[in-house]
Amino acid sequence: MDYFLSEEQQMIVDVARQITDEMIIPQRSELDETEEYPREILTAIAKADLYGLYIPEEYGGLGGGCFEIVLALEQFARGCTGVATAFAASALGAYPIIISGSEELKQKYMPLIASGEKLAAFALTEANAGSDASGIQTTAILDGDEWVLNGTKQWITNAGEAQIYTVIAITDKSKGPRGATMFVVEDTDPGFSYGVKEKKLGIRCSSTRELIFKDCRIPKDRVIGRIGMGFITVMKTLDQSRPGIAILGVGLGQGALDEAVVYAKQRVQFGKPIISFQAVQHILADMAIQVEAGRALVYSAAKHIDAHKNDMSKASSMCKVFATDMAMKVTIDAVQVLAGYGYMRDYPVEKMMRDAKILQIYEGTNQIQRNVIGQELNKEYTRSS
Amino acid sequence: MKIIVCVKQVPDAKDVRLDPKTNTLSREGVQAIMNPYDRHALEAAVRLKEQHGGTVTVLSMGPPQAEEMLREAVSCGADEAVLVSDRTFAGADTWATTYTLAMAIKKIDDFDLILCGKQAIDGDTAQVGPGLAERLDIPFVAYVRKITDCTNNIIRAERLMDDGYDLLEVPLPALFTVVKELNEPRIPSLKGKMRAKKIEITRLTAVDIEANPELLGLKGSTTQVVKVFSPEMKGARAMLAGTVDEQVAKLYEKLLPLL
Repeated sequence: MDYFLSEEQQMIVDVARQITDEMIIPQRSELDETEEYPREILTAIAKADLYGLYIPEEYGGLGGGCFEIVLALEQFARGCTGVATAFAASALGAYPIIISGSEELKQKYMPLIASGEKLAAFALTEANAGSDASGIQTTAILDGDEWVLNGTKQWITNAGEAQIYTVIAITDKSKGPRGATMFVVEDTDPGFSYGVKEKKLGIRCSSTRELIFKDCRIPKDRVIGRIGMGFITVMKTLDQSRPGIAILGVGLGQGALDEAVVYAKQRVQFGKPIISFQAVQHILADMAIQVEAGRALVYSAAKHIDAHKNDMSKASSMCKVFATDMAMKVTIDAVQVLAGYGYMRDYPVEKMMRDAKILQIYEGTNQIQRNVIGQELNKEYTRSS
Repeated sequence: MKIIVCVKQVPDAKDVRLDPKTNTLSREGVQAIMNPYDRHALEAAVRLKEQHGGTVTVLSMGPPQAEEMLREAVSCGADEAVLVSDRTFAGADTWATTYTLAMAIKKIDDFDLILCGKQAIDGDTAQVGPGLAERLDIPFVAYVRKITDCTNNIIRAERLMDDGYDLLEVPLPALFTVVKELNEPRIPSLKGKMRAKKIEITRLTAVDIEANPELLGLKGSTTQVVKVFSPEMKGARAMLAGTVDEQVAKLYEKLLPLL
């Protein structure tokens, strides 16, 4: 379907598509097998200027919004959700600085992230703080001109690969949700190290590791926003970033649909290509409907977010739930269409099915998203009555 | 460092069709692309610019549609684009083409290095690079697989040979034709694409380059294509019998009239 993209938006799609077709698709199977971080591809993405898509022009970016990064991510995810995750993680790490950071922090870090010279990562999750972010145990205490961090972050995407980390820690336990603050930690800061690389079901080429802070000392001016405002920054960051996860579902779903249709046209059983059987046609038709519906919702949500900075949560959560549940279903269906061949690693659909699962889990489980949507509905209808 | 890259628009090799009547390449409805070897020349030029500073100008002789390819070259890092286009260029062989390009380059005037693909995938002659160097009277190196360094107007490059490579040191200005082993051409960048959309492409006609009309196009070409055909595969063979001496004698008799 034609979404009437501007000329500039179409260029973003074209550049991202070329990288996907020429670099990501040929390498995805090997990257999945070796679980190697896709450095060469990310360098090409940086050279193509795409790391700066969403970063304001005054900090070396291209000044695009949520919609622009969504267009690029959709292409990457069509090729490999692992590569797309590794790319998107840097944006997730950069958003807290863009949203709440001081002018000095923006000047210092944004040009580096926009050029792709340095990668960023976002660190919220801990062993006892997943869906319930209030369980955070990492602490930061001011000691003279330095903050001293202690604790461990878990399942951090881009850990060990990024140079710039945005980390939330408790600065005043007595203040509850207003007692958490976000900081920038650099890979070279003393007392900062990484845990082992996790072994995952899917998105295997993306890096997932622990961040370990042992009396990690950072300069006082690395606070993002005001002290005690960490949770607000986190919530705004996730509202901004979730359409980026949603679109991974759309790209992945499109990739699975493409594989399924191509296969169904060439696979002959009972003397005919299996696409001529209604049983197969209906599966493919349902896949196509869902992918297109997901795309339409994510595009709309991204545009809404770009226009309404103070009213993002519901649109952001709705598109995340719909498009990622869709991706799970569509990739399972793709394996069904390819059947025995689909179950084998010779074809890409089994990887797509494994990759899809994480989309329903990370950046807020789909159950948490439904909570957000429910709470927003409650608020809206209270206001209007 | 001022670098000129000569590029040619060719039909996509994935989609080659022959006109059944004339046996010539059918260009209608076939996707036109930048000659693949020229991509490597462009990439090398952009990398040299990134290392040493300077400018990269892409130059093409071709129909107005070649502008699209020149814009693509700009999106991959070229700074300027020049299209030499004139109806009088039609039917040019490599002799007339090198004359035309040489006149255009004399018009551009200022350059340190000219890079070309080793050959175009449509004509496959590999004559334009060396011919152009000859007309400009500058040193020429073919099959460049690596540019090792460039200092004080001296450039060093490796020339790919069947059994290894030659390392050459050449004073600038010079002309190189390059092979695909030289580099991996980059994917266009977003900023490059935006620049390519806006850039004004310099158009030069036969008059602009002050060319002698007698030396252009079909008129100026020394090659005249009389007929194009696919050779018939006859598979005829003859076995010679007898002793070795007898066989040699028989072979000599057969070969003699062919000389």
